[in-house]
Amino acid sequence: MTEATRAPEEYRPDPLTPVLTRRWLLPESWTLSHYTELGGYEALDTAFATDPADLVSLVKDSGLRGRGGAGFPTGMKWSFIPQPKPGEEPTAATKDAPQFKPKYLVINADEGEPGTCKDVPLMMADPHSLIEGCIITSYAIRANFCAIYVRGEVVHAIRRLHWAVKEAYEAGHLGKDIHGTGFDLEIVVHAGAGAYICGEETALLDSLEGRRGQPRLKPPFPATAGLYAAPTVVNNVETIATVPSIVAGGKDWFRTMGRERSPGPKIYSLSGHVERPGQYEAPLGTTLRELLEMAGGMKDGIPLKFWTPGGSSTPLFTAEHLDVPLDFEGAVEAGSMLGTTALMIFNETVSVPWAVMKWTEFYEHESCGKCTPCREGCYWLAGILRRLTEGRGTETDIDTLLDVCSNVLGRSFCALGDGAVSPITSGIKYFRQEFLDLCQDQPAGHTDARGPAVLAGAH
Amino acid sequence: MTSTEDVAQRSSTRPTVNEVDLSIFDGQRERAAAIVVRYPEPRSALLPLLHLVQHVEGHVSRTGVAFCADVLDLTPAEVSAVATFYTMYKREPVGEHLVSVCTNTLCAALGGDDIYAAVRERLGGIGHDETSGTPGEPGSLTIEHAECLAACDLAPVLTVDYEFFDRQTVDSALEILDALRRGEKPHPTRGAPLTDFRSVELLLAGFFDEPEVGGAAANAGPSADEATLAGAQLAEERGWHAPPMPDRGPDRTTESTTLPGGPS
Repeated sequence: MTEATRAPEEYRPDPLTPVLTRRWLLPESWTLSHYTELGGYEALDTAFATDPADLVSLVKDSGLRGRGGAGFPTGMKWSFIPQPKPGEEPTAATKDAPQFKPKYLVINADEGEPGTCKDVPLMMADPHSLIEGCIITSYAIRANFCAIYVRGEVVHAIRRLHWAVKEAYEAGHLGKDIHGTGFDLEIVVHAGAGAYICGEETALLDSLEGRRGQPRLKPPFPATAGLYAAPTVVNNVETIATVPSIVAGGKDWFRTMGRERSPGPKIYSLSGHVERPGQYEAPLGTTLRELLEMAGGMKDGIPLKFWTPGGSSTPLFTAEHLDVPLDFEGAVEAGSMLGTTALMIFNETVSVPWAVMKWTEFYEHESCGKCTPCREGCYWLAGILRRLTEGRGTETDIDTLLDVCSNVLGRSFCALGDGAVSPITSGIKYFRQEFLDLCQDQPAGHTDARGPAVLAGAH
Repeated sequence: MTSTEDVAQRSSTRPTVNEVDLSIFDGQRERAAAIVVRYPEPRSALLPLLHLVQHVEGHVSRTGVAFCADVLDLTPAEVSAVATFYTMYKREPVGEHLVSVCTNTLCAALGGDDIYAAVRERLGGIGHDETSGTPGEPGSLTIEHAECLAACDLAPVLTVDYEFFDRQTVDSALEILDALRRGEKPHPTRGAPLTDFRSVELLLAGFFDEPEVGGAAANAGPSADEATLAGAQLAEERGWHAPPMPDRGPDRTTESTTLPGGPS
């Protein structure tokens, strides 16, 4: 990994680089007046003075990659939206072609990946950054309708979003003929109803269309046949909230943070056994060792045992991985994925098979049921893991787990199945002995042997 | 796009679907119509409509399903298929409050499982999706174990009517529970004052500034919990900033000589 394209060559940004979190310390930071005090909605006029196609190029050149887990290049996603060629008018043959259909922007605010807790605080503390990003993005892809799909369980974030949308309408940033440009945009805040799978973009679109939230077969991709079968961009909250700063600061400014193929700042969410859990916005490529130092180290000095780089769907890391650069390439090269940079950190008191069993129960509950490998696989995996952690397993259970995992991974309809097997395969890879020990009549739990109480929440 | 009047008119001419008496929803026709016209296509209104049904009924009954079917010109089967897919639509009447305890791995490891066990025990051993007391009456509580609630830096968490109570212990959770049973409304850690389950469902249907949902309660509570601010706070203490933006347009290059120091 080179660290080229920094400007100037020797420049290194500070360990923390608050861009998205820079207003969070203000009292009542969610209000329009505080947002505009710190340059809010200034990028909007810059964007309106720019050709939409040039905005797409700007975001492409900035290297911004999706912050919702997959890390797909954002500008490239926008460029897939079919647009009429200059001067092209619909004819009888082309009037139903994708370029002449309405375009839509849908914000994935269905934050539910275990460990992930960045988008909800962003929407609570600085909803206008998301809304300004929505307006710029909609202008760039020529959409006149944008839906923000928020998970239903975060009512205060939903209130703050509604409030901010209302303020933005009143200030003339939304509605008809925004800033006298002739550009119209409506934003709807849409509450979900409790389904992790709706974080998968095509399941989210089905849900937004008033259906069961189940993934669609791809292709066609949402860029050509998304919401109401029209061209649609689906982006994560943090991705879109980053857009105004790219428009204001430019692509080279954005690239002064992070690494060549993973530029920009990123909100790292630290949780679990650390002294000061919280949101730390740092350049991409920061390591857990650096983040732990900033977060005051491991809680009570009890050593690190295992952690996730990006939520429970990303394979576990251990203390061996403290110096892995946490960006899209670094995490993959070390055998995991960056995911949502949700760093759940567990110390030596936590049993790996128990943690894996709890996560598997989550996937069992959230599997949408559409495809057999995931629906049946998660069910049986959870059952076997429950038996193991209760001290009733056998050594062949471990092989059975890995066999089932190999039949789920890559064979499920969407990435939920792939995510479900990550904790199991990585848990066995690094902590096989712990699974074997359980086959000797030793129920798993915390080392203080709370036993049954630990399992009480099982469903 | 259909207008509010069109939808209200069409609905009012068909007060019943399959002989189901929909009169309980008479007062909601205007709201239902307002939901429908928010979207380019009417069926997108189904999830908010089901939240509206829960505002009226405290759960989704067959009548509620029939109401949605009537508003959107769908079959009851089509609506039921959706209503039964999502965790937040309840099949049985919910209590005055819904208490959700996160028992996903991280919260559980920090005490969430113990909290859930203690909550169940305090309510006489009831289980997931069960209610203590008579649904709808003051002090009645429905409990559930919840999946990750996106507040992991504040673990372990529970919510009451989806308002956050962060960094809980068994004792603090039982105090909240006892207060709710006495008909009190303890203040959430970082949200708006508690109302009740049914009022919050009106908010989820998209009506955020009506008196029933606490008016413009968006302005209640802090910007974020202190823990969430840990990084921003540390950056401020140490004088760390993002590189300053060049004072120029988006497609120009960075003024490299001005990079270090200074807020963006």
